[in-house]
Amino acid sequence: MNAIPRPMTDPQPLLEVAHARKTFPRGDGGELLVLDDVSLTVRPGEIVGLLGRSGSGKSTLLRLVAGLAQPTGGEVRYLGRPVDGPADGIAMVFQSFALFPWLTVYENVALGLEALHVARDEIRRRSLAAIDLIGLDGFESAYPRELSGGMRQRVGFARALVVHPNILLMDEPFSALDVLTAETLRTDFLDLWSDGRMPIKGVILVTHNIEEAVQMCDRILVFATNPGRIVSTIEVPIARPRDRLDPAFAALVERIYVEMTAKPHRGAPLRVERTAGTGIDQTLARVSSNLLSGLIETVAAPPFSGKADLPLIASELQLEIDDLFPVAETLQMLRFADVEGGDLKLTPEGLAFADSALDERKRMFARHLLSHVPLAAHIRRVLDERASHAAPKSRFLDELEDHMSPESAEQTLRAIVSWARYAEAFAYDDETGSFSLENPT
Amino acid sequence: MPQSPTAWNTASRGAPSRYDLIALLLVIGLLAFLAEGSRGVLAPIATLEVSPVSLAPAHLPEYAARTTMRMMAALVLSLIFTFTYATWAAKSPRAGRLLVPLLDILQSVPILGFISVTVVFFLSLAPGRVLGAEFAAVFAIFTSQAWNMAFSFYQSLRTVPTELSEAARSFRLSAWARFWRLEVPFAMPPLIWNMMMSMSGGWFFVVASEAISVGSTNLTLPGVGSYIALAIEKKDLVAVGWAILTMLAVILLYDQLLFRPLVAYADRFRFEQEPGTTPPRSWVLEALGSSILVARFLRQMRRTTRRIGDLIRNAPGAVRFESREHARRLDLVAIVVVGSLLALAVWQAGKFLAPELGWHDLGTTVGLGAITMLRVFLLIGLATVVWVPIGVYVGLRPAVARVVQPVAQFMAAFPANLLFPVAVFGIVSWKLNADVWLSPLMILGTQWYILFNVIAGASAIPGEMRHVATNLRITGWLWWRRIALPAVFPYYVTGALTASGGSWNASIVAEVASWGDEKVEAAGLGAYIANATTAGEFHRIVLGVVTMSLYVLLINRLLWRPLYYYAERKFRLS
Repeated sequence: MNAIPRPMTDPQPLLEVAHARKTFPRGDGGELLVLDDVSLTVRPGEIVGLLGRSGSGKSTLLRLVAGLAQPTGGEVRYLGRPVDGPADGIAMVFQSFALFPWLTVYENVALGLEALHVARDEIRRRSLAAIDLIGLDGFESAYPRELSGGMRQRVGFARALVVHPNILLMDEPFSALDVLTAETLRTDFLDLWSDGRMPIKGVILVTHNIEEAVQMCDRILVFATNPGRIVSTIEVPIARPRDRLDPAFAALVERIYVEMTAKPHRGAPLRVERTAGTGIDQTLARVSSNLLSGLIETVAAPPFSGKADLPLIASELQLEIDDLFPVAETLQMLRFADVEGGDLKLTPEGLAFADSALDERKRMFARHLLSHVPLAAHIRRVLDERASHAAPKSRFLDELEDHMSPESAEQTLRAIVSWARYAEAFAYDDETGSFSLENPT
Repeated sequence: MPQSPTAWNTASRGAPSRYDLIALLLVIGLLAFLAEGSRGVLAPIATLEVSPVSLAPAHLPEYAARTTMRMMAALVLSLIFTFTYATWAAKSPRAGRLLVPLLDILQSVPILGFISVTVVFFLSLAPGRVLGAEFAAVFAIFTSQAWNMAFSFYQSLRTVPTELSEAARSFRLSAWARFWRLEVPFAMPPLIWNMMMSMSGGWFFVVASEAISVGSTNLTLPGVGSYIALAIEKKDLVAVGWAILTMLAVILLYDQLLFRPLVAYADRFRFEQEPGTTPPRSWVLEALGSSILVARFLRQMRRTTRRIGDLIRNAPGAVRFESREHARRLDLVAIVVVGSLLALAVWQAGKFLAPELGWHDLGTTVGLGAITMLRVFLLIGLATVVWVPIGVYVGLRPAVARVVQPVAQFMAAFPANLLFPVAVFGIVSWKLNADVWLSPLMILGTQWYILFNVIAGASAIPGEMRHVATNLRITGWLWWRRIALPAVFPYYVTGALTASGGSWNASIVAEVASWGDEKVEAAGLGAYIANATTAGEFHRIVLGVVTMSLYVLLINRLLWRPLYYYAERKFRLS
């Protein structure tokens, strides 16, 4: 169900996004596609989750809905009208809370109403009601810096609710909080939602936490990266309140892991869609060699003994998918592991790596790096061919920027540098910004 | 205390762009235009008589008050300039591309050399003559204050956290409300710090601009500056002492009554609150805060401003997306306007300078500039050797730093030109070599920037790093080379570049000095400008000022800025 608005029979959707595209201009005049052909519908009474890794465009989509950015193509309609700026009736809760540090709790909450030119006593009445509802009674005169993270985000919620929005947009609202606080805030929110005590009619929640999505949402849209797009829509048929230990809950979490690690087509590593050419056009995640060997060792050792369920590993190592997936993918790219169907399975080389001592590990790593990572091979080749055995960073940066944003190019090169240093494949001097084959003096 | 935020580091990084060139030409054109405009009106005001200044110490409070009023007026002007110019530069990337380098270049113009020209210009504008002279003085102070405040504000506007500005937009605050509720509060702490820095420079200028002679025209505005000028003329060392004492008192009052409360107040606007730092306090603020009358007054003010806001604000619903067509059209208009201004500037400068001056004049100024440059570098080197070790020593001892730091800042604020007569008296009495002994005056007021920045740097060295050094028994030269000097280096660069810029400016009043009718003079570009001013030769003033601006600009671009980035990248602890 790819969310094309249905005719007449449904109540009017709160929000429709039809074939939205978003590109950003690139330095060389080209365009970078961050969101490709995304459609979604939010109906009254729904919590819709946007689940994906960082860089999958889910936050960008949320900003299109919020009217903070304009789609390059396609359309966003709220109550049937196109969104052409921050709309009345759509409020947002931010990841970093985004409270004004120089305003008290009360002033922060009242700010949105002041902007709407509501009468003074009305502002007061509604602000106090929102503060009361969200459990901040007694904190009206406190400044944000006096509050804990959880209390700050409660202010964020109160500030959004006080304008009586129809739609509440939540941009990873719990991800800056510790596990316990986040859980309390989620349950409190769901209680208010289920009791219908909040003025909101629909919610869009951006998250990269699979369990959070399953716990909170009626429908989950799973996003893929490069370019950001919806790869699947998952309905959550479990009745609220939901129990994480419920087998149906765990099964759904497992299923989403499988969806998210599904290979796009056979043979190619999971996130990498190669195009013809040198193959250096893939964005690499900065994953330290310590994490790589750590994960190999953990999976090689009992109880996993070479093959591990990703959700299990994630909870064992207390890693979120944004931390775990890049490590798993890097291992897969280096052919130390295979990721499929929500499992991570070490290859024979991966198992051998786990059994080796440091020097042997470095040799193996160098071999795999140079044969399976095109960019590493490319840099090494350039260095070998040059008489000076040295090349400036800018040379490779320029090449990468033909395929990705400057930030991604920088990050990719940083990743290569750190792996090449571990592998002793080539050297990099940050002072002069140059690659070389020499060891530092 | 934080190190002075170096505002220019958002200006175009590294290599100069064509916008730098455009901005430079515009500034030169403006200078030529002002000089041209002033030359014509010089004659009619030759007879100007302003109320004479008396040397009686009893008059000093009144003079101090008038001097202070000029400072306040200039500060208000600077704030207005900051809020408009910097906002424009930050909000419109089109405008910013030119406005930012323009600001950078204006910052390098030694306006002290140009006071004479502005004086005449403003005299010609004002209906009453005293008023014109007041305008000129205020303008001179303004030019010493405005640029770095504008830079600081610009930088703050550019770094407002994305989520905060998104929150403001998504809750549909109007542009007016966003400016006052979000952007100004966010920019407040660095802005106030820069205002303090500006004031330090301002005292120097107010003293220099109150008593000005252009050709045969003498202007004296009642104030501490003209008081001391008279004392010099009359060779009255006691009066000089009185003036110094008065100034000390004024700066102390300013600090206690205006800035300390402001700093303490602005602390609430700090975005990050590092744990463990004690918030600044001010007895004045605390006294005001507990007063009912003040509270009532503030409430009334808030009500009034809200009403003004209601009148001014545009329709609710905030900004819509700007169409590309519209943007392109604006671009075109901007290009045409800047292009014609540029042509006018080049034409104006050429017309003004070419007929009167030859290539040898240019050679002279460049040569003299090299001498002054040598002097500045030697002095900065000397100050470095003296103050860096002392700064490190003090910075590592919090108890000592608490005493020394405010003193150093105070010294930086004190207008060093008040002390010049004392030095000149010495030189004249002992018949010392002016080329050597006038030089230290240039750095008298600016060396403190090095000291207090180094103190700040040394006190920012994390305790753990110092413990490691002790633990590994790193001592002596190795300790300095590997730990202390790298740790304070970024702070030192900030201080040294401020000191260097200030010294160039000071050279205009330091390289020529007089005591009564005895005049001592050192060779240098500063003396060249000062002499041209005394002689009323406007072409040479412009040439000298432009040459000096170029020197300052080039040294900033080729030395200080690269050093700053290097230090930022390599040594910044955090």
